[in-house]
Amino acid sequence: MSAAAEMVAEVTYRDACRMALRDALVRDTRVFLMGEDVGHYGGCYAVSKGLLEEFGPERIRDTPLSESGFTGIGIGAAMNGMRPIVEIMTVNFALLALDQIVNNAATIRHMSGGQFGVPLVIRMATGAGRQLAAQHSHSLEGWFAHVPGLKVLAPATIEDARGMLWTAIEDPDPVLIFEHVMLYNSGGPLAAGAGAVPIDKAAIRRAGQNVSLITYGGSLPKALKAAEELAGQGIEAEVVDLRTLRPLDDETICASVAKTRRAVIVDEGWCSGSLAAEISARIMEKVFWSLDAPVARVCSAEVPIPYPEHLEQAALPQVPAIVAAAKGVVG
Amino acid sequence: MSDVVARFEVEFSRCLDRDGNAVGPLPAFAANPENLIALYRGLTRTRVFDAKAIALQRTGRLGTYASSIGQEAVSVGTASAMRSEDVFVPSFREHGGQLLRGVTPLELFLYWGGDERGSLFAGPKEDFPISVPVASHAPHAAGVALAFKLRHEPRVAVCIFGDGATSKGDVAEALNMAGVWRLPVVFVVSNNQWAISLPRAQQTAAETLAQKAIAYGFRGEQVDGNDVIAVRAVVGAAIERARQGGGPTLIEALTYRLGDHTTADDASRYREDAAVTPYWQEEPLLRLRRYLSETGQWSKTDEERLQREMTAEIAAAADAYLKTPPQPPEAIFAYTYAALPAELARQRDGLLAVSRVAAPEAS
Repeated sequence: MSAAAEMVAEVTYRDACRMALRDALVRDTRVFLMGEDVGHYGGCYAVSKGLLEEFGPERIRDTPLSESGFTGIGIGAAMNGMRPIVEIMTVNFALLALDQIVNNAATIRHMSGGQFGVPLVIRMATGAGRQLAAQHSHSLEGWFAHVPGLKVLAPATIEDARGMLWTAIEDPDPVLIFEHVMLYNSGGPLAAGAGAVPIDKAAIRRAGQNVSLITYGGSLPKALKAAEELAGQGIEAEVVDLRTLRPLDDETICASVAKTRRAVIVDEGWCSGSLAAEISARIMEKVFWSLDAPVARVCSAEVPIPYPEHLEQAALPQVPAIVAAAKGVVG
Repeated sequence: MSDVVARFEVEFSRCLDRDGNAVGPLPAFAANPENLIALYRGLTRTRVFDAKAIALQRTGRLGTYASSIGQEAVSVGTASAMRSEDVFVPSFREHGGQLLRGVTPLELFLYWGGDERGSLFAGPKEDFPISVPVASHAPHAAGVALAFKLRHEPRVAVCIFGDGATSKGDVAEALNMAGVWRLPVVFVVSNNQWAISLPRAQQTAAETLAQKAIAYGFRGEQVDGNDVIAVRAVVGAAIERARQGGGPTLIEALTYRLGDHTTADDASRYREDAAVTPYWQEEPLLRLRRYLSETGQWSKTDEERLQREMTAEIAAAADAYLKTPPQPPEAIFAYTYAALPAELARQRDGLLAVSRVAAPEAS
């Protein structure tokens, strides 16, 4: 590793997202960013702050309030040789663009017999914890992960926030990136030369041999904290960060579970029909005979996410629940 | 007290009346007989294609099909006004324009036969595949126009959708953004008066569909959509305006759906046949043929020769379509991603293993 690459800076997840956008804009003139309040306002989570000044209004485009329209425009521009990055304020508003994402971006390669791909990146915030109430706090990434034709990413670390967009923008297919709202302020060191990160591999964030905690996005810090507590009680948890929700990295998931023989899935989505359900099914299909206990899930309560802080927190996966679930399967 | 702060007008253009008489001086391109005969050939080729496609569908050899009988002039006139480097973003009833731009009848038969290889156009490679969902391609056209604008290319995106699509949010959003960003895009509404069973009067209380453009800050106008000369002239002017940075235009082409919505429809359930009859006197082939005949540019012999030529071409394309070997089952995995993910490879291998068991003689 060169000296430059070893230099580290203290940055936030938000900074890392911005660096990723900036890198893409500098590297490739086909790239432009488009969305609500991404220009003068700097993005509703301040991710694109300063980019308008550097790249100008043609490439940092404030859009009218038209999620379906500007997502569709991104698809059209991508099909005509550009590399658009569409920002949707939150996954909740992506519901207005669902037809464009699911029925168009995901199907056009198929519908055109391979004539057209849609090399489009759509970024959006997801998740609860900021007291934004039931219509702004969903975790619906699992819905999108259900859809063939899409790739779905959930970077949970600073390196991934910086490096997964890099790979996504070079991908020939539509890629959705979910940024959990509670991660933006998290900080840590980032090597100056931190580069592209693969978008089809899960990562082991902590090694352990007693139980696998399988999680992603905003739940990763909670799983790591739970692992810390469990270690104090003599249980060594392995923490698997999915990073990519479609396609799932079965190999890493199953290798971990085959080793620990126990799995707890932590997913902020609702339990029924969730990513947690899918991962559980795959564990049954592929490493059932390695299991020493039924797979456990820690998900959000199946209610609209409440506004008051204590009620919101009551609805979400929390460290004590993860610890309890892990102890339950370890027995 | 109150003041009028804005007034708007919507123009209607026509070159030939229903009997094929010029209603005034014709556009310059009409002075060259070759141009008009090329348009007439385009219209005829489309109609022969439609007739063959319906016949194939009725005999179980083609999927559900949306014929363009009666509204060929909208598509053909629009495409004739485009340059080859412009991009056509069609809905599902625009084979006339597609054929004129170089999509082959074989490709179209394959497409309508359910073979997505039909959208692998050998000709206009940047033209979009047919959009079956209503209206969702309008933002795509605006996106193509944005790509042209960002790359400073003097090209125009041309999108056709139907009257029903104008009630959908995607059209409203696309028009709005095209207006705000002055994108080089022309939207053509092929107003055939019916959205499956819903008549135009129940689609919107607006007096014209063209006036919707005015709400988004750009020009909207009407044209007689059964008059291919007028369609070419009006769309052509809008395309050149867009090419020179003048922004988008919405053109409402007034036509009439003479047939069923698709082969899966029976329009007699909601529309009296008697109501359709007068429109057969309005249709675009008859109109241009009358003009060409009256002005001595077209004879019965010419007509018979053209019909023979087109029938032979389309019949040959249909034969080639029917002889095209179907794709193997594993083709379902070919175009989901550029590179097959491991899980899909596993599913493909599973399918192959099962089909080998089910049909051992084929292995």
